Amino acid sequence: MIKTTPFHERLDQLNTTKRWGHWSGYLSALKYQMSPKQEYFAIRNSAGFFDTSPLYKFRITGRDSERLLAGVMTRDIRTCRPGRAQYTVWCDDRGFVLEDGVLFRHSATDFLLTAAEPNLGYLSDLVGRLDVTIDDVTDHYGMLAVQGPRSREILAKVAPGIEGLRYFEHTDTKIGSAAVTVSRTGYTGDLGYEVRVPRDDAIGVLDAVIEAGQSHGLRPFGEEALLMSRIEAGLVLINVEFSSSRLAYTDHDRITPKELGFGWMLKGIDDDTRPFIGRQALRRELAEKTSRWATVGLVLDWLDYDRVYNRAGLVPPKDETPLDYESMLYDDVGERVGYATSLMYSPVLQQHIAMARVRPDLASAGTRVNLELTINHHYETVAAAVTKLPFFNPPRKTA
Amino acid sequence: MAPATRAYDAIIVGGGHNGLVNGAYLAKAGLQVLIVERRHLVGGAAITEELRPGFQFTSFSYALSLLRPDIVQDLELVKHGFMPILMPSSFAPMENGDYLLLGQDRDENIKEITRHSSHDADAMDRYEYDVERVCQVVKPLLDKVPPNVFGKSPQDLAETADLLKHLGGVDQKVLHDLVRLITGSAADFLDDYFESDILKGYIASSGIIGTKVGPMSQGSGLVLLYHSLGEHDGHFGAWSFHKGGNGGFTQVLARAAQAYGAEIMLNAPVASVITRNGAAVGVALEDGTELTAPTVVSALDPRRTFTQLVEPRELPSELVENIDRLRFQGTSAKVNFALDGAPRYPALGDSTDQYYGFVNIGPTMEYLERAFDDAKYGWYSKRPYIDCAIQSFVDPDMAPPGKHVMSCFVQYAPYHLKGSDWDTERDRFADTVQATLESFFPGFGDLVLQREVQTPLDIERTVGLTEGNIFAGEFFAPQMYFFRPAPGWSQYRTPIDGYYQCGSGTHPGGCVMGAPGKLASQQILRDLRTRVGQAD
Repeated sequence: MIKTTPFHERLDQLNTTKRWGHWSGYLSALKYQMSPKQEYFAIRNSAGFFDTSPLYKFRITGRDSERLLAGVMTRDIRTCRPGRAQYTVWCDDRGFVLEDGVLFRHSATDFLLTAAEPNLGYLSDLVGRLDVTIDDVTDHYGMLAVQGPRSREILAKVAPGIEGLRYFEHTDTKIGSAAVTVSRTGYTGDLGYEVRVPRDDAIGVLDAVIEAGQSHGLRPFGEEALLMSRIEAGLVLINVEFSSSRLAYTDHDRITPKELGFGWMLKGIDDDTRPFIGRQALRRELAEKTSRWATVGLVLDWLDYDRVYNRAGLVPPKDETPLDYESMLYDDVGERVGYATSLMYSPVLQQHIAMARVRPDLASAGTRVNLELTINHHYETVAAAVTKLPFFNPPRKTA
Repeated sequence: MAPATRAYDAIIVGGGHNGLVNGAYLAKAGLQVLIVERRHLVGGAAITEELRPGFQFTSFSYALSLLRPDIVQDLELVKHGFMPILMPSSFAPMENGDYLLLGQDRDENIKEITRHSSHDADAMDRYEYDVERVCQVVKPLLDKVPPNVFGKSPQDLAETADLLKHLGGVDQKVLHDLVRLITGSAADFLDDYFESDILKGYIASSGIIGTKVGPMSQGSGLVLLYHSLGEHDGHFGAWSFHKGGNGGFTQVLARAAQAYGAEIMLNAPVASVITRNGAAVGVALEDGTELTAPTVVSALDPRRTFTQLVEPRELPSELVENIDRLRFQGTSAKVNFALDGAPRYPALGDSTDQYYGFVNIGPTMEYLERAFDDAKYGWYSKRPYIDCAIQSFVDPDMAPPGKHVMSCFVQYAPYHLKGSDWDTERDRFADTVQATLESFFPGFGDLVLQREVQTPLDIERTVGLTEGNIFAGEFFAPQMYFFRPAPGWSQYRTPIDGYYQCGSGTHPGGCVMGAPGKLASQQILRDLRTRVGQAD
């Protein structure tokens, strides 16, 4: 039986399309009205809210919880002070990514981890004799992402003390009488916040946010608009840019943090005071330069794109809906050099963009590759240039 | 902005969007460029001004569609803040209180059209397909300097042959549709597809914009086609609203031009182009300052370019005659409102979602034609056509929270009034517009905090567009393509060496398209290369 989130009663009224997707066993709106592009523009131009409650949430407490997490997570949680959060991956002992998530630190001994998949069994099995308790608290909370340039102004009206929050900081505050945690996090690459609220208070908090957002252009947005903004933001998605190593049949479906574009997470890897799962394999990969791929952005050559379609007698499609299949990449002599994992037309950038995996020697910005498209039932290639991620990174995101 | 201090390679007269585009391209090519603008801000007719604290008015031009996509890329406009926001719907109120509300979803639109006519349920797809096929033929012509079909040089002959080859490859029905649109009426064309009055009224409205024709006049088909040619985000005929209005857009253009090194001089009205021995050598400002450059580009309309900035006696008399008879006859006005809240459309209750796109007050072709009838005999429409955009819904930065700005493009408002003048009629005209809005949105008048009226006379006075014609020369087959602005002078040159034209009066024409500015820059740079070649 499909479940509904704590916000569902209100969202059901707002969802004029009555179309719902299934996300981790919950109903999740794909869009609220027939133009997801309008919802996308709310994120980029005013503000939007998204129900992110289906994300798994694990509470990790106890004297040794930092020690456990320092040994599991690829990034060093010891550098994260209470009131901050860290985006991190965790790996298997071959250095392949298992999953990614955001780890919120509430105190020396109290953490909350969000993740796309169930992880209680895996994490609990690692506890051993440590003084750590892990609970799945997914159902205890509603999580509401409020994203966009007006999000601070809107939330500040109802949640005192959030104006000063810096990127990846969080604070406990109140919306009305409800105790909430507000973090400056999100999945849109824009200025934005996420509000964690106890289940029973969820509707009241949502109503307060909607009320505060009136006349600020606040709109609900669904998964389709979220997926557009996350590609512009260069944020990877499980089962699109990577799959969990735990369930992969071959190493083709596995990827290391370095290959996934997370070399920056490996800064402290030579620190012997922190052994963590996968560390030795990751060190070897760095030392021996054995990375197979680099994750990069691609910007399609718009002239070439239009030329190929015009020549075929077609109107060049510029669709902001991300394509959900892999497009192969070739060099000029036709050798396969990688593949694009997410391709879309970006309304903000006015260009087709793709997240892609290329051979590491082709990863520098400006390198030219050819992306394969199917046009009139034939394979054609369009020139594209490698670029750094994210594609879209407004100063307001971190300012 | 910096005063002129250097020796310039090119001076552009007029900082409207085409002047800015032209200046940006020339500067990008390495020229020392100065753009001189008469007013205190750039943008020409594409400006946004805060006429009331917190309320941003788009006094004249108010939306984007036809802007050429290559300009966005070539001039790296995104880097400078280019942000066209989707207008997701079109709302067309009806006189009986019903409405047509079209959005982004085909199936929903079919259901909405069926509410008005089952017959028309499949007509929209067929109509859009046929028009799109015509647009595919016309579009490449927008991005090229028109061929000189009268010339005999190898290049002229080759370019004319290219055009004939392009047209020769076109499907028979598509070419026929093209000619029907260019020469015929919007009404005749639409009658082939639709029976619903509201649908025809809504679509035919695009056939009268900025032009002294009714939907039943021959020639309105051309205007309809032109307004279908925009390809915003790859969708033919799609419209968007730029962040901060079209003034926000021209500020982006100014930043791009400056980033390439162009200088912009404000409050600098140009009195004349200085010529020596049949060649342009600079410009004289009204305050007597003389600025020199071997290339001078006029972004003003053809009347000003050929008969005001230079001495017409220096020009071939045939050209002067053609420019004198060029049809301007501005017929559009703007009435813009600051509102205390959202208007209410009774049939939709408290909903405001219908206001995110254009609101089209033109419920039937007959309504539009009758509005035109008044103009034919020298008066403004008693029940005008109004294209409204409540831009603060799309971009909340346009007005304080809870308040709104509403741009209203109004037709018909003929430049020449019979028996009166615009200074006398301005307020009565605006009252007529407001009364019309009141009839569709009861209580509208109570929301009005402020009203800005721009009659054709005001457009001429403020922006400098002759007779207030928003396209700098009417859209009319004998004034288009290789006849724009005059036969023999459609390639952005003038009879005066080094003196060029780049305004909307040149091919492809008006709207915030930028193509004239871009194509003129290509011609200028080609000529400069030839000149250098000759010097070698």
